[in-house]
Amino acid sequence: MAQTEKYVLNMGPQHPSTHGVLQVQVELDGENIVGAKPVMGYLHRGIEKLMESRTYVQCVPFTDRLDYVSAMNNNLGFCMAVEKLAGIEVPERAEYIRVICAELNRIASHHVFIGSLTNDLGSATGMIYAFRDREKILDLFNIICGARMTAHYIRIGGVAADAQDEFLRDTQKFIDYVPEMLDEYNKLFSGNEIFQARMKKTSIITKEMALKFGMSGPNIRASGVDYDIRKIDKYGAYGKFDFDVPLGKRGDNWDRYMIRMKEIAESAKIIQQALDNMPEGPYMAKVPKVLRPPKGDAYHRVENTRGELGFYIVSDGSTKPYRVHIRRPSFVNLQALDTMCKGMLLADAVTAFATIDPLMGEVDC
Amino acid sequence: MHSGILYSLGQSLREILTSLIGVPILVDLLMTIICATILLLIMATSALVFTLGERKICAFIQVRIGPNRVGPGGLLQSVADMLKLMDKEDIVPRGIDKWLWVLSPILLLVPSALIYAFFPFDDGVILADVNVGLFLLIAITSQTVLPFLMGGYSSNSKYSLIGGMRTVAQMLGYEVPMVFALMGIVMITGSLKMSAIVEAQSDVWFIVLQPLAFLIYIVTALVESNRPPFNIVEGESEIIAGPFTEYTGMRWALFFLAEFSNLMCIGILTTTLFLGGWHGPDFLPGFCWFWIKTLLCVLFYQWVGWTFPRARVDSMLSFGWKVLLPIALINVLLTGVGIYVYNVM
Repeated sequence: MAQTEKYVLNMGPQHPSTHGVLQVQVELDGENIVGAKPVMGYLHRGIEKLMESRTYVQCVPFTDRLDYVSAMNNNLGFCMAVEKLAGIEVPERAEYIRVICAELNRIASHHVFIGSLTNDLGSATGMIYAFRDREKILDLFNIICGARMTAHYIRIGGVAADAQDEFLRDTQKFIDYVPEMLDEYNKLFSGNEIFQARMKKTSIITKEMALKFGMSGPNIRASGVDYDIRKIDKYGAYGKFDFDVPLGKRGDNWDRYMIRMKEIAESAKIIQQALDNMPEGPYMAKVPKVLRPPKGDAYHRVENTRGELGFYIVSDGSTKPYRVHIRRPSFVNLQALDTMCKGMLLADAVTAFATIDPLMGEVDC
Repeated sequence: MHSGILYSLGQSLREILTSLIGVPILVDLLMTIICATILLLIMATSALVFTLGERKICAFIQVRIGPNRVGPGGLLQSVADMLKLMDKEDIVPRGIDKWLWVLSPILLLVPSALIYAFFPFDDGVILADVNVGLFLLIAITSQTVLPFLMGGYSSNSKYSLIGGMRTVAQMLGYEVPMVFALMGIVMITGSLKMSAIVEAQSDVWFIVLQPLAFLIYIVTALVESNRPPFNIVEGESEIIAGPFTEYTGMRWALFFLAEFSNLMCIGILTTTLFLGGWHGPDFLPGFCWFWIKTLLCVLFYQWVGWTFPRARVDSMLSFGWKVLLPIALINVLLTGVGIYVYNVM
């Protein structure tokens, strides 16, 4: 008499496709997944606590290390929260430069998504193509601030340095290249039969589930919920630009992938508008040397590449924040992993994980 | 009867040996040993060459440069790799089934090496031209499933076990269509002898007569040799390296060697069965044509492998049973009808 039993497969923290140090305890029945339990904390650095013993200005570099593939967006979120708290007005030119950087970084982060997804699907070629193009953006960051990943370029009150002509020119060059780049990706993997077979109708998250999990970013938009903070809050200069929010229908892996492909095109659209209408003027507001925001608290959220990134800062009137809490989208999105994996095959767990696109630096914080 | 440089070389070697030793059975034995050594050398060299080739080609496809530091243009990279593997610590994990675990890589190499005896490299140049050549060849290649399963079972690792089980499932699913696809060739040739199969293609290659079988063979060959996009046995993003997960150093290198030997093997088989073997225009000797075709086939398989994402295990198995097998059966039927019509006319 044949006897079968379920077993637990421990994927990670050292596994080729856990994108860092996530551990997933996958309960398997043969190759069918019964449950997937993410275990996190391997990259916990206590950033929220560390921020309490630093001045506001010193806190900004920590945000680079949250979601380290989209540092600009994190800088933006934190700086805007502090500006809200301290009541600092940011010059318009700085706002535009911030938007350009944040959107460039969104594209770069989606490159990482595409690269790691295709790599997890067994086609390392896709990864190299995506990373080749990401390199172009990192070079742009290198020009504007001298750092490639942990930029620390967006500062409280503006940006660290003015955008040079060289940067603006090269950004324009990159934007012109984007359609060609997307076309190449579509030829290489989007149109591939095996790729589509593995992505379509797998790991579906319905609208209701996505809302229940409190997901955000491309993941919730893939399920058909129109939720983009750039559109809702119109923070910074985002109100001045015309762009669409791509939405998915089924909420499967394919939608989550296609949303990001479309978002790259939308980001390019925003950058193009920002480049065309770039105002002259100062790039930094008058910020006191020793920043002492008044007593009180402020919450500011931005649309990170992975979703809603919120900074809640409590000030006791001193130079250091009394308490900082970070609402990290990757952490919240990761909850859906179990639901996405149930009833799927082992190979789908990897795909599901890749399409949630969590970044362990942000999950563990 | 036979012509060609390799054949006459062999004949003169045999004459020299006969004049030296004189006992026919000893001469035969010595000739076999020499041939086997040459074949093993070819196999070992192919691993070295293909590692570098694979790296360079894959780098070209992936818009990279590839190895370029060791030796001129990175030529010695595979030698350096081999040295590194030899230098590695031999880690034997705890809780394993020692005998099975140790035997697995060695046993995997045996069928991979054995099948080289049945390949006709040139006119009359074949180590063992047995009557049931193709049959024996398929029988031996299907033995590779056992070492994989042994390695998967004995490693005491769930990743390895999943990989081992996948091997069995995929061998079952793809061995059958492959055999039925090759049936068409056997029907046309009327013989299982490898040399006869090549001889039958002197006028027209079987890729023309058996296009369906050719397509099926390409897919099944990729599966049998664990090449991407069908490398689910060692799908590194899911199950790390499947049955090889717990092996290190030279033990792992044996798996690696077998893998590249299998790659060349499917290249040779494609050449022999469908692309006319050593046949070709007269300005080059037969074995040159043979190797040109083989290398082109290997290049093709590598190209496919580095472009496609990996198929999922369930869709792959249903593809084998539900699509390839019926097509293979239809091919057998069509071939039968074709032969009948040809004979009547």
